[in-house]
Amino acid sequence: MTLPEVQSPVHQDAERPLEVVTARHPLRWLAAACVLVVLAMVASALVTNPAWEWDVVGQYLFAPSVVRSVLLTLELTVLGIGLGFALGTVLALMRLSANRLLSSVAWGYVWLFRSVPLILQLLFWYNLALLYPRLSVGVPFGPAFFDFGTMDLIGPLTAAVLGLALHQAAYAAEIVRGGLLSVDHGQREAAAALGLPPARRLFRIILPQAMRTIVPNAGNEIIGLVKGTSVVYIMALPELFYQVQVIYNRNGRVMALLLVAAIWYLILTTILSIVQHYVERFYGRGRA
Amino acid sequence: MSSMVELRGVHKSFGSLHVLRGVDLDVRQGQVLVIVGPSGSGKSTLLRTINHLEKVDRGSVRVDGDLLGYRQVGDRLHELPEREVLRQRTKIGFVFQAFNLFPHLTVRQNLMEAPLSAQRRPRTEVEPLAERLLARVGLADKADAYPRTLSGGQQQRVAIARALALEPKLLLFDEPTSALDPELVGEVLDVIKDLARGGTTMIVITHEIGFAREVADSVAFMDAGLIVELGPPAQLLDNPTHERTRAFLSKVL
Ligand SMILES: Nc1ncnc2c1ncn2[C@@H]1O[C@H](COP(=O)(O)OP(=O)(O)O)[C@@H](O)[C@H]1O
Ligand SMILES: [Mg+2]
Repeated sequence: MTLPEVQSPVHQDAERPLEVVTARHPLRWLAAACVLVVLAMVASALVTNPAWEWDVVGQYLFAPSVVRSVLLTLELTVLGIGLGFALGTVLALMRLSANRLLSSVAWGYVWLFRSVPLILQLLFWYNLALLYPRLSVGVPFGPAFFDFGTMDLIGPLTAAVLGLALHQAAYAAEIVRGGLLSVDHGQREAAAALGLPPARRLFRIILPQAMRTIVPNAGNEIIGLVKGTSVVYIMALPELFYQVQVIYNRNGRVMALLLVAAIWYLILTTILSIVQHYVERFYGRGRA
Repeated sequence: MSSMVELRGVHKSFGSLHVLRGVDLDVRQGQVLVIVGPSGSGKSTLLRTINHLEKVDRGSVRVDGDLLGYRQVGDRLHELPEREVLRQRTKIGFVFQAFNLFPHLTVRQNLMEAPLSAQRRPRTEVEPLAERLLARVGLADKADAYPRTLSGGQQQRVAIARALALEPKLLLFDEPTSALDPELVGEVLDVIKDLARGGTTMIVITHEIGFAREVADSVAFMDAGLIVELGPPAQLLDNPTHERTRAFLSKVL
């Protein structure tokens, strides 16, 4: 018995491969067109309304006092993140320690410093002199070796850095701890079985792998802190946000100067996002 | 012949779970011991006490004359500082079921890490050693690859080379082929056989009975935290004296 030959509905030419015609997406095109119109409206609102005073924006964007304030914002961010993550890493290691006292203290620190709003902590450090006019280092309840006037030791800048770093450390501790826990247990075992010294196990084997989890979260924190530094304006430190307020209180160009600040924050976070991309790629090596 | 491994009355519990119930074991230099036994019988735990990844609760473990993890003063054992334990471990190579290669380091860096930082040997000496070992496991061309880009069999061969880089006196294998696709088991067993023929002292946990028959000097059957029976492969595998051994072998053969 022979089967009837099935007639192919399309004539297939063996010489020519079939061509693929991509489907059209008319709704997608419509949505894109709508978005384009909205973007154009926003652009026109920004450009044509003279109240934005773009000429004033241009005039102040690179004014020396503004640039100095950007540098202070950067300084606060770098110190806050650097010290915060250094302390946070120590806290994370304490938290994971088998010693109950160490892990409880680390837990308590995170609990306290995450619970109190940053602005309160800043005012607290700023006003520490009211509580302890003098600070001394020595035996608890015993004699002191060094003794300082609190006012001399903790000026507004120190208070700001202290407040930002201690606050940041609480968040950093949780991020670093999560990163350390994300590393497969077999990695610790292999490193121990090879006889690697403890510091080497941590810095060469565990932390670099933990960085894959730490970096994206740390990136969020750093970008958050760039903008978060603006709260130190309450201590009259001339960082970016404080500085533009000083200027617009003098000349009344409020919107233009807020725009100057916004543009600078945008520039800083864009640079950081680019850096983050490369750091993530570095720590992702050997994967995928 | 001298004893390379000597366990006396080793006990180990996890909480209320008594996993090792008084294990005695001797492995002489150059010998290959294969351990078989049902899952959960304490094989891995036993192997891990032999390089002090697991501390024993009672009893003693000696490797190449070192009392592992302790110093004996009179009839008391004093725990050694970690630095000393790490030094003892560099005499012992361990190969894991799950390979546990360092994924962020290249194959070459995986091999060089321990000789450089645990044994503090100079780089000029360690680099050619790594090349030699990779050639020995047939992966000379993979030195700059990252572990994830290799097959399971290749990864396990790198892990063996990494253990060999310490130039250990004893090699421990915990089910080295259990995580591998069947067609990759052979290439890893071939490397282990080659080492066995070269006179390396080793203890191998495996379910590969054919391998045990071919390379083991003795085979131990472990059940419920004890070595039930130990003997040359022909005797233990073909003529076991204990009913439990017989029951187990009838399931895996
Ligand atoms: N770190 C641990 N904590 C608690 N229980 C464990 C631990 N390691 C092993 N065990 C238990 O000890 C028993 C023996 O385990 P193991 O030595 O891995 O057996 P095997 O390798 O023979 O399968 C199992 O019941 C296992 O669940
Ligand atoms: Mg096991």
